[in-house]
Amino acid sequence: MSDSLVPQLPIAGGVHSPQPERVPTDWKTGSMQGRIRRRYASERRFRLLGLAAIALSVSFLAFLLVTMLGNGLRGFTETQIRVPIDFPRSTLILDPAALEGIDAKAAMAGADIDGTVAAAASARFGRQGPALLSDAAWVRVRDAIADDPSILSGRQEFWLPASTTLDLVKKGKAPEAKPFFHQIAALDGATRTRLNTNFLTGADATDPTVAGIWGAFKGSLLTMLVTLALAFPIGVFSAVYLEEYAPRNRWTDLIEVSINNLAAVPSIIFGLLGLAVFLNLMHLPRSAPLVGGLTLALMTMPVIVIAGRNAIKSVPPSIRDAALGIGASRVQVVFHHVIPLALPGILTGTIIGMARALGETAPLLMIGMRAFIASPPGGLTDPGTVLPVQVFLWSDEVSRGFVEKTSAAIIVLLVFLLAMNGLAIYLRNKFERRW
Amino acid sequence: MSPVNDQSLNEMAGHHQAGTADAVKMIARHVSVSYGDKLAVDGVSIDIGTENVTAFIGPSGCGKSTFLRTLNRMNDTIPAARSTGRIELDGEDIYSPSMDVVQLRARVGMVFQKPNPFPKSIYENVAYGPRIHGLARGKADLDTVVERSLKRAGLWEEVKDRLTDSGTALSGGQQQRLCIARAIAVDPEVILMDEPASALDPIATAKIEELIHELRGRYAIVIVTHNMQQAARVSQRTAFFHLGKLVEYGDTSQIFTNPKAERTKDYITGRYG
Repeated sequence: MSDSLVPQLPIAGGVHSPQPERVPTDWKTGSMQGRIRRRYASERRFRLLGLAAIALSVSFLAFLLVTMLGNGLRGFTETQIRVPIDFPRSTLILDPAALEGIDAKAAMAGADIDGTVAAAASARFGRQGPALLSDAAWVRVRDAIADDPSILSGRQEFWLPASTTLDLVKKGKAPEAKPFFHQIAALDGATRTRLNTNFLTGADATDPTVAGIWGAFKGSLLTMLVTLALAFPIGVFSAVYLEEYAPRNRWTDLIEVSINNLAAVPSIIFGLLGLAVFLNLMHLPRSAPLVGGLTLALMTMPVIVIAGRNAIKSVPPSIRDAALGIGASRVQVVFHHVIPLALPGILTGTIIGMARALGETAPLLMIGMRAFIASPPGGLTDPGTVLPVQVFLWSDEVSRGFVEKTSAAIIVLLVFLLAMNGLAIYLRNKFERRW
Repeated sequence: MSPVNDQSLNEMAGHHQAGTADAVKMIARHVSVSYGDKLAVDGVSIDIGTENVTAFIGPSGCGKSTFLRTLNRMNDTIPAARSTGRIELDGEDIYSPSMDVVQLRARVGMVFQKPNPFPKSIYENVAYGPRIHGLARGKADLDTVVERSLKRAGLWEEVKDRLTDSGTALSGGQQQRLCIARAIAVDPEVILMDEPASALDPIATAKIEELIHELRGRYAIVIVTHNMQQAARVSQRTAFFHLGKLVEYGDTSQIFTNPKAERTKDYITGRYG
């Protein structure tokens, strides 16, 4: 009887001593000390490796930011050159009275302001004077006249945007330019550097001094709106259905695998799909933010579905039980409890998906958003482009003035991205606090 | 299927002899539940009284919690669970198509093993049920319902100054009483409690038991418990389950002092369990 109560230890030679004397462990021996040292060393090694990894990624980030800011910030400024125009003595034939009436636009269009400005530049800086001015310099003069026609009666000084060459010389980027430009750049009081408002308000142009980012920015904004409006609800409702309602069978598994695969499909293939379906089959307008948004929504949706399902899965079942137990319906459980609790996770997935969509170039090239479009899109169906495509297009330009414009566009893209993510993180934290 | 079989007639007779006259609130006949191939509840027939606290006891995995969850059709949420048999609430078949499961769960409330308040304020936790069922008219009415429910759950004095705090910030025992307040806020007829004190310390357990005493008579209460002393303390009727079957059902005093079945006696005396 008592034998069965003694635990049977699998010890060889247990015949002689069923319970051998246990030798107390000596924690101070050399091999023990060595083991402790090795343990400490491996912990130190791991911490150092982690630290090195962090330091490396921080330095990459710093390198990227410093290069971008160094190149790009100059893209936000323009060089201006002072040109006096003596209107009464110029060849400009423009009656101030005509500018008051309804024919003001026609009168302005008929006048040779371009020639007048070129002549004034020649008069001030010599024969090569017009080469100092941007192609769009006369537009400023026209706008000034439209603002105040009374300036036509006298001599007026204008700060006009400089040509690319002078701009680069002034910024120290073109030492090989003709001596004439260097002389002008060095001339006291002839030039100045100002914020390039045109860059922030204009659209693409062939002349880098005229090119602006607003067209691409607005295109990106409209495209993202379409993407979000489609991908977010479709993604969230798919996730809710698959997690809360779908029966567990082969069809559900098939859909699950398909969605997971969709998230891994290269983006250019979505571009081809968009080209085939939205343009060729549905005949939607080419180059439009609407089509871009639809294409990117296809790409973003699986990311939101996957993140949404994980977030919904992590809502504890006890919460569902609690709500069902006091008589909440399935829909009430989902909308009052599951989605609000899963929302931070869903938003995180949405941030990742949208950030990827915002930086996407390849699929948009396929649906014609790489066209040269000189005015910002007025609506969803107007032709437009987006920031990453604009960066791509400018980086391909011949004119050297586009180098800094490219960097500036990248800065705008990154700021857009940060603003979007910041908003999403703010929303996420807000919902997390509420619950 | 006859509404009342011989076994339950005998039980009712024994019950009346014991002296606590009680109207029947719920009737279960030949209820079986299986998860896939596994039979969890095997032909259970039982009557639940209106005025009494009924305790389900038995070793782990004996099907008492599963059976409890059939009483308000919470098992419906488990896709693999299949149940057969008949369960009536006030003579109405709860598995008939005309029975609305949402209303059923409002009438037969439930308190779970682990306290599971919503991650919302204390007020919102209690107000949620009345709000979705449209039981309160206006803010003032809702305030009254919340206060009354918290008072009945014995939590009002502890939380009245911090109704906007999160329900999850309360201690375990308070959370469980909050869950009870949430259940009684929709004014149920029956409250099912699935081991409501098993995750709590002795002091919080004592408070829950005291609360069950106070709620008795106002609601029909069914409690599943692992703890035999607890069953003896809080219940008037006790059902002993073993391997999915209802072995014995009778007055608590009789079950604990003079069990008829050998298996009940072995369990009560601690031979297994």
